[in-house]
Amino acid sequence: MLPVINEELGAYSDMFMLLAAFAYAVALIVFAWDLAKSNSTIRAIEEDVLRTEAKEFATVGAPDSNPYASTGGAQPPRQLVDDSMDYTAASGTRGIARIAVVLTWLAAVVHTAAVVTRALAAGRVPWGNMYEFLSTGALLVAIVYLLVLLKKDLRFMGVFVTLLVTVMLCAATMGFPTPVGHLVPALQSYWLIIHVSIAVLSSALFTITFVASVMQLMQHRRQAKLEAGGRDIMPFLRLVPSAGALENLAYRINAVAFVTWTFTVMAGAIWAEAAWGRYWGWDPKEVWSFVIWVVYAGYLHARATRGWTGVRSAWLSIVGYACLIFNFTVVNVYFDGLHSYAGV
Amino acid sequence: MAAEDNVREDRANEAQGAGPDKPGRNARRQDVTAPALGFTGMIRWAWTQLTTMRTALFLLMLLAVAAVPGSLFPQRAANDAAVTAYLENNPTAGEWLDRFQMFDVYSSIWFSAVYLLLFISLIGCILPRTKKHAQAMRTPPPRTPARLSRLPEHGTLRLGAAGGGGHDDGGAPSSYEARNSAMRRAAAVLKKRGYRVQERPAGEGGAVASVGAERGYLREVGNLVFHISLVGILASVAVGGAFGYNGQRILVEEESFVNTMVSYDSFSSGTAFTPELLHPFSVVLDDFEVTYDRDTTSSFGQQIDFEASVTTREPGEAPQEQTLKVNHPLRIGGASVYLVGNGYAPVVTVRDGNGDVAFRGPMPAVPQDSVFTSLMVLKVPDAQPEQLGFVGLFLPTAGEANGVGISLDPSPALPQLQLNSYTGDLGLDDGTPQNVYVLDTDEMTELNSRNLDAGGLVINPGETVDLPAGKGSISFDGLQRFAGLDIQYDPSKAPVLVFATLALGGLAVSLFTPRRRVWVKVSDAEDDEAAGPTMEYGLLARGEDPRLSHEATEIRRQLSAAAAEHRPGTPGEDQE
Ligand code: HEM
Repeated sequence: MLPVINEELGAYSDMFMLLAAFAYAVALIVFAWDLAKSNSTIRAIEEDVLRTEAKEFATVGAPDSNPYASTGGAQPPRQLVDDSMDYTAASGTRGIARIAVVLTWLAAVVHTAAVVTRALAAGRVPWGNMYEFLSTGALLVAIVYLLVLLKKDLRFMGVFVTLLVTVMLCAATMGFPTPVGHLVPALQSYWLIIHVSIAVLSSALFTITFVASVMQLMQHRRQAKLEAGGRDIMPFLRLVPSAGALENLAYRINAVAFVTWTFTVMAGAIWAEAAWGRYWGWDPKEVWSFVIWVVYAGYLHARATRGWTGVRSAWLSIVGYACLIFNFTVVNVYFDGLHSYAGV
Repeated sequence: MAAEDNVREDRANEAQGAGPDKPGRNARRQDVTAPALGFTGMIRWAWTQLTTMRTALFLLMLLAVAAVPGSLFPQRAANDAAVTAYLENNPTAGEWLDRFQMFDVYSSIWFSAVYLLLFISLIGCILPRTKKHAQAMRTPPPRTPARLSRLPEHGTLRLGAAGGGGHDDGGAPSSYEARNSAMRRAAAVLKKRGYRVQERPAGEGGAVASVGAERGYLREVGNLVFHISLVGILASVAVGGAFGYNGQRILVEEESFVNTMVSYDSFSSGTAFTPELLHPFSVVLDDFEVTYDRDTTSSFGQQIDFEASVTTREPGEAPQEQTLKVNHPLRIGGASVYLVGNGYAPVVTVRDGNGDVAFRGPMPAVPQDSVFTSLMVLKVPDAQPEQLGFVGLFLPTAGEANGVGISLDPSPALPQLQLNSYTGDLGLDDGTPQNVYVLDTDEMTELNSRNLDAGGLVINPGETVDLPAGKGSISFDGLQRFAGLDIQYDPSKAPVLVFATLALGGLAVSLFTPRRRVWVKVSDAEDDEAAGPTMEYGLLARGEDPRLSHEATEIRRQLSAAAAEHRPGTPGEDQE
């Protein structure tokens, strides 16, 4: 039986969504403030590190060198975070970043309320149109990030992640405002629950790796400059792990996301078979899902191909994400195809 | 050979002390870059180039790029009408695009060339790798490196004075048997953790006993399964598709469909199709029900659910009543029947100039929008003395805006026909196939239209309206619904699903199985022989492995636990 729509609850959901967007925006500002203040943070951490190092140096010896960080001759500014991205004693000095994390949690709670009330108001899963893909997707990005944050110190990504989440929520509420409603018949299927939830999860993971890859490229440029004896062009990147560590982080998450994306495409094909009578028909949405899949397959290959690791594979990861965004925006909005009921 | 430029292999070899350029490889690479070898040499050179990782990567990227135009331009395979329209609107550009097969991208020469090259490269890659891995699975783990401290994770355990056979009183070097039994205990620990181990005992009087261990053989197996499954998917699509067919049929309530070629409105099939492949079954549309959205303001009135009640028959079986819905196709005798659309079929009776009934029955009207304003075309070739034609709209809930009839709601609350009528020659006699939804009025005279004095025909249910000049009459007798059916047979479905599932499984195994090597060495401590035997261990990851240090910690814990167990009362002494 079709569910009953509760428009009043839907209005509450809309309000929570705006509140959440606002809270993320505030978290974004605080994260940015943390970066802007990085000079004094760095000084504080540096003093701390020097103090502990003085104690430890005799027993441990020089820290393990990594291919990016190690340099001969004059000592360049050292990275102030651990490449394994664990929390260290020195992490505690970043009070502002801590506030930003708390704010992000707060925003995520309000955001969860918004998504849950939306689901209750519509009496179904909250991913049936562009507004819902975006708002639920943004929640997943935030939650994935916050969960990783519990174990790993990824606060350096905060600005980028909160920025993306804020942009996604603004795009949802301003670009695709859609009141709660029923699903069109083609979407009334349990495959909606499976296919779309995994697609949204994969996109959230790819979002995180996109951020890591961009930072990897920035860090790479900075390190190259430093190694060539140049000035430190982006000192705030001392709060960010080395390019090598970022590359590995991106790879690990991309590997997971590639498997989930493969599943997304497969589940989509199975659903398409049930709904439209063919499992693959090169509908624009299918074309772009395939392109994304191939680009990330290329990325995984590049990671194993001589001469293609590092900067080049990072670019592939970025190109893959660009295709993902293209698929979600331009293809959904402007391209004619069977998927064009996606709620626009 | 195929994965010669694989960095993972390089790294693993380097870490172990063997450079990536072993003499044998180096030699091979040289004759690769010097193709002055005559014809066979050229071929071999081209083959080697085609099967490198670099080429695979390049072809993959090319494939991604080549797929894009298919989303930018309409494709004949999906929407022929859109291609025709595009060509009409952009005659010059269209012609050029067509020349480059931009409207048939996925069957074009260039797209096929890219994926065929990629798959040849893939096969050229899989074969040697399968062979190599089959050998690797039978080869014992590599020899124990001289210095385990060069490995990324390593450590030393003091086994304590009595660490070995237990008969020494301490203060003396351990016996080789003691070292061997400590080594065996380490081997057991590793085996339990899923490693394949080779014990390398010290000979009589030998100073060092060691274990070589490796795990993660499944990684390469998964990878090969993944790549082979990709070939399987392509092969299934190519072979299965050739035997398939698909066709469309509009079925009005109470009508029946029998699965033969003549019953289809449109039909297409693969190259190996023969009519015997049509499964003998029939479908009667008993009833069609629609639910409208009356809950929300934003999409008020839209169809939110519809279902067809059908009776299906297969030879030798009792008729079966079933429901057909979007997302719930009928599966009959190997074929599938999908509900892809619906609409109204007004039931009309047309009398000709002689007063005889020239047409009676439901005529499906094509819905144009979400309120089901429907386009109706009716050709009456049997009308005498002259043929009749009607074209116009069917409105389920008739209303008016700016003097033009529009539909206000998709439900049939106030149905109405608004038609123009024509008399003359329908142009059906010369045998050229015609679109049933287009009336060719070239040889016809207009009888009714808004531009004529006679006006357009506006007919409500139950009404009969006379045509001008005694040309006949038309009545609107009732309303039925129709279902748009798509009938499909594609024998590639099952094998593609199997291969795709294998690919997914292989992929997950390949990406998440860590490949690790461990060596454990038992010897007397160099600095202080009297302290008894020490156990050294070293771990090496092949490929990126964030959990290697965790594995090292775990192995260390278990090794010392095993040692402690063997030496009751003395806890295993840990130190770096
Ligand atoms: C249809 C085209 C192809 C696709 C979609 C594809 C996809 C992938 C993916 C997703 C991976 C990473 C997962 C894994 O490690 O198992 C991979 C790995 C690999 N592929 Fe392919 N591949 C294709 C063709 C090829 C070809 C032509 C070659 C041979 C040159 C090749 C050689 C390899 C190798 C050696 C690895 C393992 C890399 C490593 O050492 O980790 N692949 N492939």
